Amino acid sequence: MKNADLVILGGGPAGLAAALAARQAGVQDILILERDAELGGILNQCIHNGFGLHTFKEELTGPEYAARFADKVKAQGIPYKLNTMVMDLSADKVVTAMNRTDGLFQVQAKAVVLAMGCRERPRGALNIPGTRPAGIFTAGTAQRLVNMEGYLPGRRVVILGSGDIGLIMARRMTLEGAKVLCVAELMPYSGGLKRNIVQCLNDFDIPLKLSHTVVDIEGKERVTGVTIAEVKNGKPVPGTEEHFACDTLLLSCGLLPENELSRTAGVALSPITGGPQVDESLQTSIPGVFAAGNVLHVHDLVDYVSEEASAAGTSAAAYILHGAAAAGRALPVVAQNGVRYTVPVTVHPQAAETLTLRMRVDNVYKGKALAVYAGETCLWRRKRPVMAPGEMETVVLKADALAKIPADAANLTVTLEEV
Amino acid sequence: MKDVIIIGAGVAGCAAAREISRYNADILVLEKEEDVCCGTSKANSAIVHAGFDAAAGSLMAELNVQGSRMMPALAKELDFAYDPCGSLVVCLSDADRPALQKLYENGVANGVEGLRIIERDELLAMEPNISDEAVAALWAPTGGIVCPFGLTFAFAENAAKNGAQFQFDTCVTGLEKIDGGWRVHTDKGDLDARSVVNAAGVHADELHNMVSDDTMTIIPRRGDYFLLDHSAGGHVKHTVFQLPGKYGKGVLVTPTVHGNLLVGPTATDIDDKENTATTAAELDEVRQKSGLAVKNIPLRQTITSFSGLRAHEVHHEFIIRESAPAFVDCAGIESPGLSASPAIGQKVAGIVADILHLEKDPAFDGTRKGILDPKTLPLAERAELVRRQPAYGQILCRCESVTEGEILDAIRRTPGARSLDGVKRRTRAGMGRCQSGFCSPRVMEILARELGKPIESITKSGGASRIIVGIDKDSL
Repeated sequence: MKNADLVILGGGPAGLAAALAARQAGVQDILILERDAELGGILNQCIHNGFGLHTFKEELTGPEYAARFADKVKAQGIPYKLNTMVMDLSADKVVTAMNRTDGLFQVQAKAVVLAMGCRERPRGALNIPGTRPAGIFTAGTAQRLVNMEGYLPGRRVVILGSGDIGLIMARRMTLEGAKVLCVAELMPYSGGLKRNIVQCLNDFDIPLKLSHTVVDIEGKERVTGVTIAEVKNGKPVPGTEEHFACDTLLLSCGLLPENELSRTAGVALSPITGGPQVDESLQTSIPGVFAAGNVLHVHDLVDYVSEEASAAGTSAAAYILHGAAAAGRALPVVAQNGVRYTVPVTVHPQAAETLTLRMRVDNVYKGKALAVYAGETCLWRRKRPVMAPGEMETVVLKADALAKIPADAANLTVTLEEV
Repeated sequence: MKDVIIIGAGVAGCAAAREISRYNADILVLEKEEDVCCGTSKANSAIVHAGFDAAAGSLMAELNVQGSRMMPALAKELDFAYDPCGSLVVCLSDADRPALQKLYENGVANGVEGLRIIERDELLAMEPNISDEAVAALWAPTGGIVCPFGLTFAFAENAAKNGAQFQFDTCVTGLEKIDGGWRVHTDKGDLDARSVVNAAGVHADELHNMVSDDTMTIIPRRGDYFLLDHSAGGHVKHTVFQLPGKYGKGVLVTPTVHGNLLVGPTATDIDDKENTATTAAELDEVRQKSGLAVKNIPLRQTITSFSGLRAHEVHHEFIIRESAPAFVDCAGIESPGLSASPAIGQKVAGIVADILHLEKDPAFDGTRKGILDPKTLPLAERAELVRRQPAYGQILCRCESVTEGEILDAIRRTPGARSLDGVKRRTRAGMGRCQSGFCSPRVMEILARELGKPIESITKSGGASRIIVGIDKDSL
């Protein structure tokens, strides 16, 4: 069995940023394992612009953003293996992987960063009634076919779900010559970024039908039509059905962190995000196993993935070089009153100079304040004009806020409240 | 002139082909779809029924028990996935105990071995998630589960190994009696044979009624199912049926041979023999009934829902006989048809051999190796396999860990995969929780390369089911 200080599972934006941060912190012996044919992950198929505004203060395409990180990884000689599937991660950090050239191999790691990303919720998991013909794609699969392979998966398109990939694909399919008839969204609000609704739907006169879903799919061999209907209290409203003759249904109905490896390793997972439960160092329930990016929780902007993964890489380096830190008292972080979840779920206030809390809300809220408490003590509070499930919220608690945490505080709570 | 034309490449037609291939006979199997196992055989409960249910004295009962007995040895001989996990029929009320007793007695009369009525305590020990209402159950240790695709492909490949030919995308349009046999009219031209086997599933009545005045009626009976992820596969350990009674008729809950959980089916008689669309009402019905015998089924872990059609003959009996000279019906093969298929094949072969006075073929080879699944190998052997054949080192389907090596094997077999669904049913690539989102572009590439076809022509399931419709900007 080979050995490595740090093995990173995934060579997408999270894995690359984690590798660079760990190298900067002094870890030499790093191995990135990537299942696809090149570094960069899903960014390679995201050829639209809008990436990197926070990180690089300029608008990049997905491949450009990925290349900034991949080029550095290559320049620094950080080893990586492509077309390599990780088959297993054990609780004692033995990674079993496989590819054509090395065959089946095992690596004993001192630390591991989980950076496997997420996958899309497929038609089957949505239980849409009807036939099962060709022409039903997740938006990401269609994106790969159109942007990387150059193939058009359909000409008349209905999109279910207004997640960001669905919105982006509404524009992309239109630009490639397809007619996008409408985007139906089950919820009364979009799951995507506001800017994507404006730039990808409004600018192309593509209607967004909120509180609507697909109630029937027709077509024996290829999709010939879908029926959508209005939804009230979770049920389609009879009489509101509208039929669209189309050859394609794209689905953008949610992303699911891919944690099959984490689960078999015994990493504790959050029932809400589907990702590992981590502390402020992004360490999971297994010491020396860290997680970052969409495998941890689904992000809205890749800039935040990079930022989070850098932190995970730095933490992993500290673990490798200095051993497990004596972190002191651990406080659970409780999300409540409109805050759906937080990452991390536990914090060690004494161990950190600043604490970054990332979260999403469970509905659209206007004119509310987002606040963090330790017991009765308010550590941080800001008014937010609009908060929506499609946009991640970030709270950074600095030294002055952390100093306010009472010695007997049982937990931190993150909450929405009236202004 | 062929000796035998078998119409229909479902499990019954393929079992018949395999059994007739024991004889010196020129066999052709015609199938209107693009592959083996595209109708009822692909969408059912995937169960080997012990044989207690079918009415004592019926052909259905006889062939069910016989088929179920043959299954363990056949699974070794033909290398398909089969698990004798046993089955339970759960009784939810003391008022229904007489019906349970009756079912037990029917099973004993059918010759089913090992049947026993067990009480709640024993049942709970066997199935911790059994309903709180359950009072007793009929335990059938010879019940089991099987891969319905695997079984059908095994019959087909073994038949092909012994000389049977397959012709796909060919729909029979008429039958004409000719001197010494039949002329089979198809949309691809006429074919002559000394005998015809009608294994056309839901369409078997149409063929039968072309040659016989004693008309047959097959009603397509649709059933919707939910298939759950591996993470739910251990929710029950045996096939759990509910005894119809005080709480109505339920649906079954069973593990599958691949570690998923299957819940369903409904039973709705319809008119359209090609309509396998699921409906909101029937999916709701499965949801509601699924909790009757088994509690806390994690339906949120559903990875797909589907529906299939049973070929329900109005008298609920298998019809396997020479209905016109040298025309052999193999019809009404609804549940327990999958379980009975090994015996159905034998019975059809016996009839055909008698009609044609066939001689046994001494060169017959009854063995077949399935597609190698590297996951089943010890680590060292798997490493050695990858060293020798690097394609086994390339995982294409992440969810089910299927390698390029397995996909190549599936395409290169006879009859081999020609579509995404063909690859899926043979290898499970695309059968997992992402439902082919990641692997389909890669599998399309391999299909195009191996079949020497442009990638635009690759289909999901033959015919007009093309995955891509053109190239970017081709209409601009």
